Amino acid sequence: MMWEFLIQPLADFSFMRRALLGCIAISVGATPVGVFLMLRRMSLTGDAMAHAILPGAAVGFLIAGLSLGAMTVGGLIAGMTVALLAGFVTRVTALREDASLAAFYLISLAVGVLIVSTRGSNVDLMHVLFGTVLALDDDAMILLCSIASISVFALAVLYRPLVLECADPQFLRSVSRLSAMTHFAFLALVVLNLVAGFHALGTLMAVGIMILPAAAARFWVPSIGAMITVSVAIAILSSLSGLLLSYHFSLPSGPAIILGAGFAYVLSLVFGPVGGLAARAFPSRYLET
Amino acid sequence: MSNALEFRDLTLGYDRHPAVLSLCGTIAEGSLTAVVGPNGAGKSTVLKGVTGNLRPIAGQIDFGELSRDDIAYLPQQSEVDRSFPIAVADLVAMGLWREIGGFSGLRAAHRVRVAAAISSVGLEGFEKRPIGTLSGGQIQRALFARLLLQDARLVLLDEPFTAVDMKTVADLLGVIRRWHGEGRTVLAVLHDFDTVRAHFPRTLMLARELVAHGPTSQVLTAENQFRARQMCEACSGPPHTCGRHAA
Repeated sequence: MMWEFLIQPLADFSFMRRALLGCIAISVGATPVGVFLMLRRMSLTGDAMAHAILPGAAVGFLIAGLSLGAMTVGGLIAGMTVALLAGFVTRVTALREDASLAAFYLISLAVGVLIVSTRGSNVDLMHVLFGTVLALDDDAMILLCSIASISVFALAVLYRPLVLECADPQFLRSVSRLSAMTHFAFLALVVLNLVAGFHALGTLMAVGIMILPAAAARFWVPSIGAMITVSVAIAILSSLSGLLLSYHFSLPSGPAIILGAGFAYVLSLVFGPVGGLAARAFPSRYLET
Repeated sequence: MSNALEFRDLTLGYDRHPAVLSLCGTIAEGSLTAVVGPNGAGKSTVLKGVTGNLRPIAGQIDFGELSRDDIAYLPQQSEVDRSFPIAVADLVAMGLWREIGGFSGLRAAHRVRVAAAISSVGLEGFEKRPIGTLSGGQIQRALFARLLLQDARLVLLDEPFTAVDMKTVADLLGVIRRWHGEGRTVLAVLHDFDTVRAHFPRTLMLARELVAHGPTSQVLTAENQFRARQMCEACSGPPHTCGRHAA
């Protein structure tokens, strides 16, 4: 019974194994980035960036059809442009970062929807918005795994400046000139991982695998290293359960995966020992932690 | 004794509105100076100018032999994100940034120094606690430990004792005295005149412009305090812009 439910789909179908590997790659790459997004109070920035990627992917789609390379490059260019423009406007005008980012991502999203809906069919729009995790080809797998590797490596290198940029940005600026570089390198990582995520989960769902496991992990462990580990584990488990549920109940897989992560988040919210609802309501039971 | 800092007709401000006007004076190497004045007198602004984060509108600061790396700065407390999940020891260890940079690891010798700094501010046993679990006074102790590790020749403190309990103030004043004894230059923005009288040999009183600068007993007079309040009230009307003020 358990065997049939948990293992059989993966053993029988290579598309399920590919989907799982693709999701693991995204979990390993994107989720640690999501932890930093959350800790920097930029969770919604991730969402905005995910929308900003759309026109780039759409232009890539217009030029080359459903081409992995063109859509990836297009998405990267659009995402980086919005990130840089928003950062630039914040530094030279009175507008704050959230407002300038919102302005640019909304423009970008409108352009993207316009391009996709005038030139493509609804099927194409669905592909871009919701991804195709069950139809990842070799090129897509290589892309997802490469981005995950680059992302983990870059985070390892940037770890200390990034932690300090979150915890005490003023101190970082007083001892080093890495602050601006760290900020933009981090935004580049966000865009890179969202582009990877959108191939599998779509532009709308990609940010879910970044933020939800990170927000869930926050309720289990108090230190940032442990938080990254726990969030990656939650992301992988959500991917597995989401894929299996979508297989058994014929659900769309992207939303199923994100709902898996959402379920983990709600569980953590209620039962997590670090500031969860139960821990707050019955503090004495958790004193030892 | 040489000068650590010299202010030459220094005007500092934000968005062309000056907060400090035509400040002149010297801070001697190894001196322990309190910066006092009414609210809005430009005390914090002077420290920001010295860190180099705020460019002078006019005039300049002569740093003598000091480079940017010789200066340690403790801003007002609100800047640290206390909800961030970082351990006390890790926060303190960042004081070693200029030695280890952004990328290289902590060696055993570094860890010994981190532990020593933590114990000299009375935070033994708190090394692994997340900073979110500390009280305001304990956070301030941790930030002083980080300053200790920065090993700076010039230490700038911006209201280090605001919202901090008496015991912590006493202990941290001990740290400041130790810096003074080691020949470091300390410049601290303070509100409490009793603390200034008891522990700071020199005082610089500001009210946008320089009111008085010298030995504390000669600066903290009733007459000077009255004058400083008057000057601040006079300038709390419509803000000046630089060009207009000069005319």
